Amino acid sequence: MKRTVQESGVSHQRRAVIERDAVQALIDALGAEGYAVIGPRRRDGAIVYDPLTDAADLPWGWIDEQEGGRYRLHRDDRGAAFGHVVGPQSWKKYLYPPRQTLWTGRREGGGFTVETPQGPPPRYAFLGVRGCELAAIAVQDRVFGVVRHDGRSVGQQQYTDSGYAARRAAAFIVAVNCGRAAGTCFCDSIGTGPQAGPGYDLCLTELIGDGRHEFLVEAGSDRGAVLLDRLPARHAEGADLEAAAAVTEAARAGMGRRMEPDVAGLLARNLEHPRWDEVAGRCLSCANCTMVCPTCFCTTVEDTTDLTGDHVERWRRWDSCFTVDFSYIHGGSIRQGGASRYRQWMTHKLSSWYEQFGTSGCTGCGRCITWCPVGIDITEEARAIRASEGGASDGAD
Amino acid sequence: MVQIEGLGRLLAEHPFFRDMPDDVREIVVGCCANAHYRPGEFLFKEGGPADHFYLIRQGEVAVEVHAPGRSEGVVVENIGEGEIIGWSWLVPPYRWTFDARAADQVRAITIDAACLRRKIEGNHELGYELYKRFIPVMGRRISESRLRIVELTTEPGE
Amino acid sequence: MDGVFLNPDPAAVDPMVPRPFRIERRLREVDGCFTLHLKAVDGRPLPYKPGQFNMLYVFGVGEVAISISGDCRDLNTLVHTVREVGTVTRAMAKLKPGDCIGVRGPFGNPWPVEEAYGNDILFVTGTIGLAPLRPLVYEVLNRRDRFGKVVLCYGSRGTHDILYEPLLHQWRGRFDMQVHVTVHSAHAGYRGRVGSVANLVKIARFDPEQTTAYVCRSETMTRPAVQALHDRGVTSDRIYVTLERNMKCGVGFCGHCQMGGSFMCKDGPVYRYADIERIFTVREL
Repeated sequence: MKRTVQESGVSHQRRAVIERDAVQALIDALGAEGYAVIGPRRRDGAIVYDPLTDAADLPWGWIDEQEGGRYRLHRDDRGAAFGHVVGPQSWKKYLYPPRQTLWTGRREGGGFTVETPQGPPPRYAFLGVRGCELAAIAVQDRVFGVVRHDGRSVGQQQYTDSGYAARRAAAFIVAVNCGRAAGTCFCDSIGTGPQAGPGYDLCLTELIGDGRHEFLVEAGSDRGAVLLDRLPARHAEGADLEAAAAVTEAARAGMGRRMEPDVAGLLARNLEHPRWDEVAGRCLSCANCTMVCPTCFCTTVEDTTDLTGDHVERWRRWDSCFTVDFSYIHGGSIRQGGASRYRQWMTHKLSSWYEQFGTSGCTGCGRCITWCPVGIDITEEARAIRASEGGASDGAD
Repeated sequence: MVQIEGLGRLLAEHPFFRDMPDDVREIVVGCCANAHYRPGEFLFKEGGPADHFYLIRQGEVAVEVHAPGRSEGVVVENIGEGEIIGWSWLVPPYRWTFDARAADQVRAITIDAACLRRKIEGNHELGYELYKRFIPVMGRRISESRLRIVELTTEPGE
Repeated sequence: MDGVFLNPDPAAVDPMVPRPFRIERRLREVDGCFTLHLKAVDGRPLPYKPGQFNMLYVFGVGEVAISISGDCRDLNTLVHTVREVGTVTRAMAKLKPGDCIGVRGPFGNPWPVEEAYGNDILFVTGTIGLAPLRPLVYEVLNRRDRFGKVVLCYGSRGTHDILYEPLLHQWRGRFDMQVHVTVHSAHAGYRGRVGSVANLVKIARFDPEQTTAYVCRSETMTRPAVQALHDRGVTSDRIYVTLERNMKCGVGFCGHCQMGGSFMCKDGPVYRYADIERIFTVREL
């Protein structure tokens, strides 16, 4: 039963329009397929990604105001389910959880045995994946060796993270085209949004106005098409497509920020630059940017033992290049100063990521700007370095 | 005279003097002598008058410090064929700061420091040509010594 | 899609899971160093190439990256020379023959050997740097007729901490290998050289135009070693160096060992110097 959707392969209707109320039908259809539906909910003053069973759990009528170091939710009359943009969490919370058991070990005789966690991976349906987030998942697909890429050296990851690969392969993705940009958004200049790119099973565009509240639903995969077929829907007209285009256009027009073009080369030739010291004067090394970043993947391991010392567990947990001991080797840490740690993060994200994975590590979601307690802005840092080269960019072209 | 011609040839063959203009090098020949040291024999001792410097033609010389309470000195560097040893003769008060001892059979040309200092005073071009050769040697040895300090500080050992 | 999903093979070895190996022998090396000879408990050997490393795990204590120091043609015995510097290596030092440790690996980019065919070979190393280099020396000697001169330049602090001293003597006795050993200081009457490794590079006999050099020193001492090679006319494209970062996962997932665009655990620890020259001198990178 669980496999029927993936295996059907029949050609289906690729586009349709559903009513506001049919979102419940979508959640139910996903649940019927055995997916645990995860989507945006309002909790603790923010939009977070939590399990959903009821369409009413979606943050209808809530939008987010975001600026450097600032995030607030407000009521909005339009009543959109996806009027907010992105919050502090990203889907890596589910695809690459903050804490994972790698294995457990038991002392036996003169030696020991090791066991890895068994069992099928969770089957998640992600509801409300934005263009920048879809791009971020595609980036992590490269990082964890599930998608080939043309990054340098060995050309791709030699190994595949089996846990990520299993969760990823099982995940059903319902994307959403953004109709609004936050003040910290810059996906347009990175090329990842506001329209969701390839990689989704279904993609929603929320159409509100003239008394209607509907969703244009587009299928991006066979299993998406099969699911769409089960929803109460009407045929998508040309006018619906135009309305949808206007939605993303509005988001594009409201884009709060933009990234410098050719930033990879810019940073690569400015590894020694006074700006690194300048930003280090503001950076608190709190690691927030790495925690909220949807592509940051660094982890460390922790070994725990029970009181007898005969049972051990190895845990993997998210780590951050902003900690001093991140680069510790016997004798001391490589990156002692805040300047070198900020440089590591920013150049990795925007420059050396290309060498490693053949793509940018930044998808323009703006979380690192919003959640930085002092509002350090990665786009502004890039602009400052560009300006020092005499090629100042006014941000208008 | 045969002796001098022989020394002139040896001087010209030694890497330290090899590329010096012939006419300048000829001035030095008069201050030179041949020397031979048996293993264990001192070329000079710390605190003694720096009245010579040495072009090593064959064998190895150990630069040592005497360590009271130890039966033997501590070797800190050895200097071999084609190299020179001794630059305290250039710097007042012209006293050696280390011991130098033959590690095996050593053949060298010794150059009389007083003789050479006198000639340099009378011929600054000679002085220039000599300093041009001494300073890189001194620089290299200082820099190597510093690197060894770095190594002792940064690389594992006992 | 610009790529395809790779189906993880469920039967494939999980690179994150250590395999138990039993300690067959434990050798005392110079002070603070010991060598373990290991055998897989399941009998399955662990093939590797010179320059690669393993993650060694002490049960209940933790894991550490250690280069392999044996002869890669001897698949029955895995050899690691370890220096006691941290919690894990100190716990490892207390293990005895018969005890087990966990091994993950091999990881990392090995020293290239075939590329040096026809060339003179120059090894430049010091103190415990000889340990990661030893598999390569063995391999070069295994294929001795492929190379011109083979020269080893090694330096240590004193006469008491020359790693693998009997082996160095043995190599020195070969007619087809130059072995130069230097120490920082020695007792009077010491018959060997006293001075820097850079000095050894200066006196070694090889053809700089056709030499491949392998440098295995601390990062700080790699710079002067490379300088000495440049002074002799060996160009950066024929110099290989090893570097060290905080290798934790070994497979490029955890991010700790990055230097610029490379993950030292899989793109290194061996690098062609020409490839990293630009970023090598950037501090705290």
